[in-house]
Amino acid sequence: MANTLHVDNLACQRGDRLLFEALSFRVEAGGALVLEGANGTGKSSLLRLLAGLLAPLSGQIEAPPLAFMGHETALKPRGRLLEELAHWALLDEARDRLAPAMAAMNLEALADVPCRHLSSGQRRRAGLARVIASGRALWLLDEPTAGLDSASVGLLAAAMAAHRASGGLIVAAVHGDIGLDAPARLRLG
Amino acid sequence: MLFQLIRRDLALIARSPAVWMPVMFFVLVAALFPFAVGPDARLLARIAPGILWVSALLAALLPVETLFAPDQEDGTLDQLASRGIAMEMVALARIIAHWLGFALPLLAALPVAGLLVGLEAAAGWRLALALLIGTPALAALAVVAAALTAGLRGGGALAGLIVLPLALPVLIFGVGAGLPGALQLLGAASLVAVAVAPFAAGAALKGD
Repeated sequence: MANTLHVDNLACQRGDRLLFEALSFRVEAGGALVLEGANGTGKSSLLRLLAGLLAPLSGQIEAPPLAFMGHETALKPRGRLLEELAHWALLDEARDRLAPAMAAMNLEALADVPCRHLSSGQRRRAGLARVIASGRALWLLDEPTAGLDSASVGLLAAAMAAHRASGGLIVAAVHGDIGLDAPARLRLG
Repeated sequence: MLFQLIRRDLALIARSPAVWMPVMFFVLVAALFPFAVGPDARLLARIAPGILWVSALLAALLPVETLFAPDQEDGTLDQLASRGIAMEMVALARIIAHWLGFALPLLAALPVAGLLVGLEAAAGWRLALALLIGTPALAALAVVAAALTAGLRGGGALAGLIVLPLALPVLIFGVGAGLPGALQLLGAASLVAVAVAPFAAGAALKGD
């Protein structure tokens, strides 16, 4: 049962709009699921449901420990990048994993830069480093490659491959290819 | 976990340029009142506790727009919630951090503010004790109002309307701290506010 994401008969309503219903799927250890669909079909909402940030209208979710990356990066503008990530690593009890995670996203040179001076792509990489450092089995990524340059997309692909190789799961909402090897696909809308 | 959240909140408060605003506001109000009321020292000394209590209440409300709105906007609350950290715990940490950040400097500035409004020593000590007991309730109410208005534009003004009526018991028992039983009632009101606030704020933060 460990490290399996199991979703059964899930329905989601936002406002008075029913986004999807009767949604069931499984992601096994080492697996990856790509959520596709036009804007507003519920990709982000599904990720937020899986992360426990939204309550489903009906249905069951059984998820292993997870790390979530949404559109916002939760970096305080005045904080230096290393301090900000260290705070989350402390909450995740993952301080020793932070340095390799920052290296994996090529962030070492930016460690002392205040977050307000980071570009949106750099913030995004910081958010990904936080997910990598978390050590959680399930990664929930909302458009992880948005704003990333091609070198960083390569770094992300390598990090995701390593995560899956060690038994991790990935669910990502995407437009286009993000460098996942043979993911399952789920089309919403 | 609670300790880590408090430490983080305090670090953010200390880093903010607005950290001195509540205490400066408190002292400024105390400095302005003698000009507004006139040179009658006896009158001033009599209304001094009331002046200082009202300015403490307003000082507690000054940072209300920065208590939760930025965290909601920048995804911090999402990150906390996705780690399974209860919003009640986040709210409790913020109440404690907000109290440490506004009430302690305010108590430290009380001798200066008291001098400006001609407060006598005995009344000053009584007021200090009453503020020590009552300000946690003010912090708790400010955090609840901040949570309720976090997603709203111009939430600060609305937060004031929410807090001011609820702060009445604290104000009444706080100003009357010299009367028998008033301190106990102040303590009771403060305890109720601090005990209920994390749940009220937590529920408000969880809303979709």
